Amino acid sequence: MSLGKPRVGVVTFPGSLDDRDAIRAVALMGGEGVPLWHADRDLLGVDAVILPGGFSYGDYLRTGALARFAPIMDEVRDFADRGGPVVGICNGFQILCEAGLLAGALIRNRRLRFVCRFVDVRVETSLSPITEGLVPGEVLRIPVKHGEGQFVARPDDLARIEAEALVTFRYCGPGGELDDEHNVNGSTGSIAGIRSPQGNVAGLMPHPEHAVDPDVGPTGGQPLLASLLAFALARV
Amino acid sequence: MKFQLQVVVSLKPGLLDPQGKAIEGSLPAMGWANVSKVRVGKQVELTVEAESEEAAREQVEEMARRLLSNPVIEDFQILTAEQVGR
Repeated sequence: MSLGKPRVGVVTFPGSLDDRDAIRAVALMGGEGVPLWHADRDLLGVDAVILPGGFSYGDYLRTGALARFAPIMDEVRDFADRGGPVVGICNGFQILCEAGLLAGALIRNRRLRFVCRFVDVRVETSLSPITEGLVPGEVLRIPVKHGEGQFVARPDDLARIEAEALVTFRYCGPGGELDDEHNVNGSTGSIAGIRSPQGNVAGLMPHPEHAVDPDVGPTGGQPLLASLLAFALARV
Repeated sequence: MKFQLQVVVSLKPGLLDPQGKAIEGSLPAMGWANVSKVRVGKQVELTVEAESEEAAREQVEEMARRLLSNPVIEDFQILTAEQVGR
């Protein structure tokens, strides 16, 4: 049992890229990163789970579609059902949508280009494992790097997402303004991330794990990971 | 018996298809200015060993629903060998 140092599992799928960065970012923020393997059926007693970015299974068929069937995903689903915090970043977000743990889907960017740059995102709710303690309206600078990040959802799902305040982040301008220009991939409602109705599962396209070290750039990812660690600790 | 089937997966009508748009945008430059509504989908060919074509079709339908397509963004259609024209 961890005392004061939450253990955050990071799943490596074949084709994951950001698993090491995620583990390093967790450590930098005061937690312990625990590597988890896609073919295992054991979460090693972690307090939170991150599904990292990359191109799991080559993103064949659809992004995230094959990773959903990995043995470890049964454990992740059980963990989420029990209220455990689960965060999907980029490819991890795509996996959570394919697995039905989050609503909607991520399709090809509106302008077809792979985008790799820093964006501003606006916090929309403090009710999620990555925004607890953050103030809605706050703007954070975090990088994105994806070709398929355009968020779409069925009309009824979208209505629920908005009505129940399930949006965690929206792409915005530096002052928090929402407009087409700053909607980096054409997502519906400029949605950059959502949470589950129960509030313990969250997915987002931006990469907080790449924005934690002041030596290499903006640190907009720090508050998200700090939130996750606090959220995990509160459950221990 | 073995049955050949084809699953055609297409993006739902309302959804923006950037790939189709890109192709549509290139056609006029090649002299075809009269083309619109280009949509790109994918086709999965399968050979299924089953008792009957009906059984093969039923199985492929479930496979298409659970794996080959994502019901949030895609529709699918199942074609038999005759329908494909082989």
